[in-house]
Amino acid sequence: MATLEISSLRKRFGNLEILKGIDISLEKGGFLVLVGPSGCGKSTLLNTIAGLESISAGEIRIGGEIVNDLHPSKRDIAMVFQSYALYPNMSVAENIGFGMEMRGIAKPDREKAIASVAKTLQIEHLLTRRPSQLSGGQRQRVAMGRALVRQPSVFLFDEPLSNLDAKLRVDMRIEIKRLHQQTGATIVYVTHDQIEAMTLATKIAVLKDGELQQVGTPREIYNAPSNLFVADFMGSPSMNLLEGRVSRADGAPKIVIERGDNSPIVASAPASADASKLADGAKVIFGIRPEAVSDSESIDRNAKSAVKFESKVDIVEPAGSDTFVVIHVAGKELTARMRAETDIRIGESHTFAFNLDKALLFDPQTTRRI
Amino acid sequence: MSAADLITTTPTREPSRHSLTTRVVIYGLLFLFAFVYLVPLVVMIMTSLKPLDEVTGGNMFALPKHLTFDPWIRAWGEARIGVSDTAGIAVYFWNSIKMVVPAVLISTILGALNGFVLTKWRFPGHKLVFGMMLFACFIPFQSVIIPMAVILGWLGQFGVQLSDSIGFSFGLGNPTVNLVIVHVIYGLGFTTLFFRNYYEAFPTELVKAAMIDGASFFQIFRRVLLPNSTPIFIVTVIYQFTNIWNDFLFGSTYAAGDASPMTVALNNLVNTSTGIVEYNVNMAAAIIAAAPTLFVYIVGGRYFVRGLMAGAVKG
Repeated sequence: MATLEISSLRKRFGNLEILKGIDISLEKGGFLVLVGPSGCGKSTLLNTIAGLESISAGEIRIGGEIVNDLHPSKRDIAMVFQSYALYPNMSVAENIGFGMEMRGIAKPDREKAIASVAKTLQIEHLLTRRPSQLSGGQRQRVAMGRALVRQPSVFLFDEPLSNLDAKLRVDMRIEIKRLHQQTGATIVYVTHDQIEAMTLATKIAVLKDGELQQVGTPREIYNAPSNLFVADFMGSPSMNLLEGRVSRADGAPKIVIERGDNSPIVASAPASADASKLADGAKVIFGIRPEAVSDSESIDRNAKSAVKFESKVDIVEPAGSDTFVVIHVAGKELTARMRAETDIRIGESHTFAFNLDKALLFDPQTTRRI
Repeated sequence: MSAADLITTTPTREPSRHSLTTRVVIYGLLFLFAFVYLVPLVVMIMTSLKPLDEVTGGNMFALPKHLTFDPWIRAWGEARIGVSDTAGIAVYFWNSIKMVVPAVLISTILGALNGFVLTKWRFPGHKLVFGMMLFACFIPFQSVIIPMAVILGWLGQFGVQLSDSIGFSFGLGNPTVNLVIVHVIYGLGFTTLFFRNYYEAFPTELVKAAMIDGASFFQIFRRVLLPNSTPIFIVTVIYQFTNIWNDFLFGSTYAAGDASPMTVALNNLVNTSTGIVEYNVNMAAAIIAAAPTLFVYIVGGRYFVRGLMAGAVKG
């Protein structure tokens, strides 16, 4: 039985439907990341799980029990807020212990629990301080401590890292991951940062305009996005999407990508696509991740199918660990991820290769993957 | 002393930017206005410390030749107030204190509660309710005197019935209690406005966190909101204290004789039409009447400006 089950959940504000029938379940110990652009409803979804927002239709179960009408404090959840939401007038220890105090737990037990959580998070030396005397990372830890001390069935994180600077964000991300692995906690985590989603999740749910686009493991989401939105949203730099056309001139379907003056790229249809759905002359969107585009020598040796083409190099972006090369194909920018020490120069013509094992096809009308 | 004075008298420590003439003009004006503001107070204090013959026969600006505290003692405990047999303003001073302390505290706490509900526990129609409370700020008090008198009359009758049946009237009908009721009602619009604007900018996530922690409505109010409301609390207390203490209209209408508040008693003392006018006693009484508001300003003034600013930016 799943720890968290959400079925056909709807949320309306007046005539505006924010969540349009969400179905997700999360098993015990799972790490579900809700990801999507701002305004997609991910924070609203988290708030409905927390009970901070009512729902218009559907069902939320935590540990098998329907919690639709339960007060937030009765739902066996704990939440970490974006702004940390530490009570400014209380010390760190009081902040962590406030929930237990409200539930009427005796002082010695409270102190024991606070001490144990403080030890886990290494904030023992901060217990007597006020939140205003803490750094961003320390506040973040205290906020997590306040959640941890409850030992809830589900932890809810609302963009907890978005207020931290880049380096601290990476450190805290690792810390959250470690915490998850150590405690085996069940976590629902909201973010708009797709790297956070990829690194932390055991399960990702991509939302757009209040609708679930896809739910799956990070690998599924990354390698087999169900539609153009997911393909474009996940991954950095994002997936290259080129307009193409199906040609069945010689039996097996081929994808033809016109390039104006240059000769078109003709690739055999990727193995991921259902060949029976590829009618001759049909328009398709050809998607390929930057790392599946390489120079012709360094093409993946395991690639079963590849296609080579010549192109002029527009921009070279050395990023340290990789070098990103931007070329133009059919009026669109196409990014290739190269080795850091590549000797490609701007303006030169160069032979590139698509690893077709990793390529995907999308229907331009429905935006679904074929 | 008002908020504007506190701001303008803050020194700008960049004299090098101004030429000598500019500085002379600026400081000249500052001293001039400081002088204009301070002279009446100085005259009052000096007059209150002179014997009466020195006041009537001498120069108003002259320092006292025979320093005496008699006028203060007379004003506090001996002077005849209007037609009353009670001597001195002490009784009326305590009347005012007994009125102002509960009225300020009740209206401030209720304003804070209203502000909390109107920002963090919104209900359908909350805007209309707030609009109506704002409207209360603009009602001219003269227009409510008679309806209020009728209502206070009913309350008084109810109080009599209560004391007949259960032996206790809960103070209904008592002039001081009446004034507390009136001031709480007419102060509520302002206190609600102050607290609503302050809590509008108060992070909602703190309230949500407290809800998840299992705190009830009043626990959130008392443990999370109130401890973080010091600036606006002080602004409201100063504002309410000054208004209620200085009120003359309601005080003279709903309380009479020995139940009058300080402002009414001061008027009765100063406007007496029999005997000699004891200017020194009048001055001492006026200073005593002004002392509590002055005290509240001095203690809370720092926060007053800060709180007004906090309310002003977020509105």
